[in-house]
Amino acid sequence: MKALVWHGTTDIRCDSVPDPEIEQPRDAIIKVTSCAICGSDLHLYNHFMPGMKSGDIMGHETMGEVVEVGAEAKGKLKVGDRVVIPFTIICGECEQCKRGNFSVCERTNRNGNIAAKAFGHTTAGLFGYTHLTGGYPGGQAEYLRVPFADATHIKVPNGIPDEKLLFLSDIFPTGWQAAVQCDIQPTDTVAIWGCGPVGQMTIRSAVLLGAKQVIAIDRIPERLAMAEAGGAITINIDEDSVIERLNELTNGKGPEKCIDAVGMEAHATATIDSMYDRVKQATMMETDRPHVLREMAYVCRPAGTLSIPGVYGGLLDKIPFGAIMNKGLTIRTGQTHVNRWTDDLLRRIEEGQIDPSFVITHTVSLEEGPDMYKVFRDKQDGCIKVVIKP
Amino acid sequence: MRYETERTRRRGQADTATDTLARGLGLFSIALGIAEIAAPRALARALGMKGQEGLIAGYGVREIATGIGILASKDPTPWIWGRVAGDALDLATLATALEGNNPKKENVGIAMAAVLGATALDVYCAQTLSRESPHPLPPLQDYSDRSGFPRGVEQAHGAASDFAVPSDFRTPEALRPYTQPEAPRHPQPSM
Repeated sequence: MKALVWHGTTDIRCDSVPDPEIEQPRDAIIKVTSCAICGSDLHLYNHFMPGMKSGDIMGHETMGEVVEVGAEAKGKLKVGDRVVIPFTIICGECEQCKRGNFSVCERTNRNGNIAAKAFGHTTAGLFGYTHLTGGYPGGQAEYLRVPFADATHIKVPNGIPDEKLLFLSDIFPTGWQAAVQCDIQPTDTVAIWGCGPVGQMTIRSAVLLGAKQVIAIDRIPERLAMAEAGGAITINIDEDSVIERLNELTNGKGPEKCIDAVGMEAHATATIDSMYDRVKQATMMETDRPHVLREMAYVCRPAGTLSIPGVYGGLLDKIPFGAIMNKGLTIRTGQTHVNRWTDDLLRRIEEGQIDPSFVITHTVSLEEGPDMYKVFRDKQDGCIKVVIKP
Repeated sequence: MRYETERTRRRGQADTATDTLARGLGLFSIALGIAEIAAPRALARALGMKGQEGLIAGYGVREIATGIGILASKDPTPWIWGRVAGDALDLATLATALEGNNPKKENVGIAMAAVLGATALDVYCAQTLSRESPHPLPPLQDYSDRSGFPRGVEQAHGAASDFAVPSDFRTPEALRPYTQPEAPRHPQPSM
């Protein structure tokens, strides 16, 4: 089959690789009908996340049709089922899965010992996302082997196009969880840094959950326009001071809820701290660029909440913990517990409350995938979300 | 430039590679400046320029300022031209070390060759950044109709208020708005 394969920093190719096979009784194989490039794939493309090996298949936003089912998954899946595959691989049986904390499933990361060394404990296995999370082949391919498939799937009905359903795999529940963990009240101002795909979904989630005011922060005109279309007030970091503008919009009190939908590769260039991060990162003294975290901690209203769906990978420097402690801020973060939210979100799509396909700007073939990584990374051609049709 | 902002559109630049080169030169400036400030004596000794330690450290300050300018500015072009001017100053200063009986002339020659190499990169980068792109950027995509809400934003606002936030995702009780309980009223004496 054809698949997008990681070969090194900014080197992704469309290669021919062996077809996946059932390896465990709980496995299933799906024929991929649609998959997408995620913003967090760019951390692998740019090689900011450790643990990739040449030959790894990319991709963790995938849906398709079941074509083969292992013996122990047959009670839950059958050939022909239409499924969205969550990016987190879950067993559904461990203590964390039973609590709904699927992204920290205790069993599915087959390299859990490596993750435990890096993070203190294992986290769930993920598709196509480094050997720290199991080294599972990803779904930017014609076929995907789904481990623990009896639990790791979202059945979806026929009659709704892939484009409306695909993002149940990651960005829609990720944006939703980012908003939910803010426990949004009708009086809240919610500020969201980053208007990429997750930021866009977070804006829509905050609107659906009834925030008084949603403010979106970015520098790319097309992304800001899309954020505004979704009901947000926008701040262009190239034109305005984020902190001054947020204070203006909140009568000097700051937003109650701040969401970091940017993560480790913040691109602010006109601030002292972002230069500091660039220099430290270039000299391998820091792994991530946490400009957004610093800004959020500074501007957030006392007793407010910082919600962090943006991906961070390692060691962060100069985090103003004094502000966090003295203002009594709550920090909520984590990979998304996808299956915890998807029944509810699928219902909202079916009822027409939201149509997540609004975010798609490019649809390409698998062969065009490697070029689209660069277009997406450089925000060229108004690129916000790339869907791949194998 | 890295992103197609209004500013980069005005200049017609969409050259990521040159932008990356500019940022690299900024980092190089800072690294060189730190070296010049940290070890002016060693550099002066290696170049046979004893007594010029203060000048070398001063050039280090200039390098760091230029590097910060490149990394911090929205448009690094004038700062890269600043590097070109700095290169000329460096070459002129090094040329003075070629005069007389300087026993370290060979090192000075190597240093000048290195500065010339950096100058070539600086000039290339500055010229490319200054040039109008021969290919005008495509117009901005219009996403102003992409609300994602089939029934419109107003209808969508609060549409998920039926959602019950799970208890483990709720704001901690201690941080919820707190109202001081009313003080018990003293009973009024009955007349």
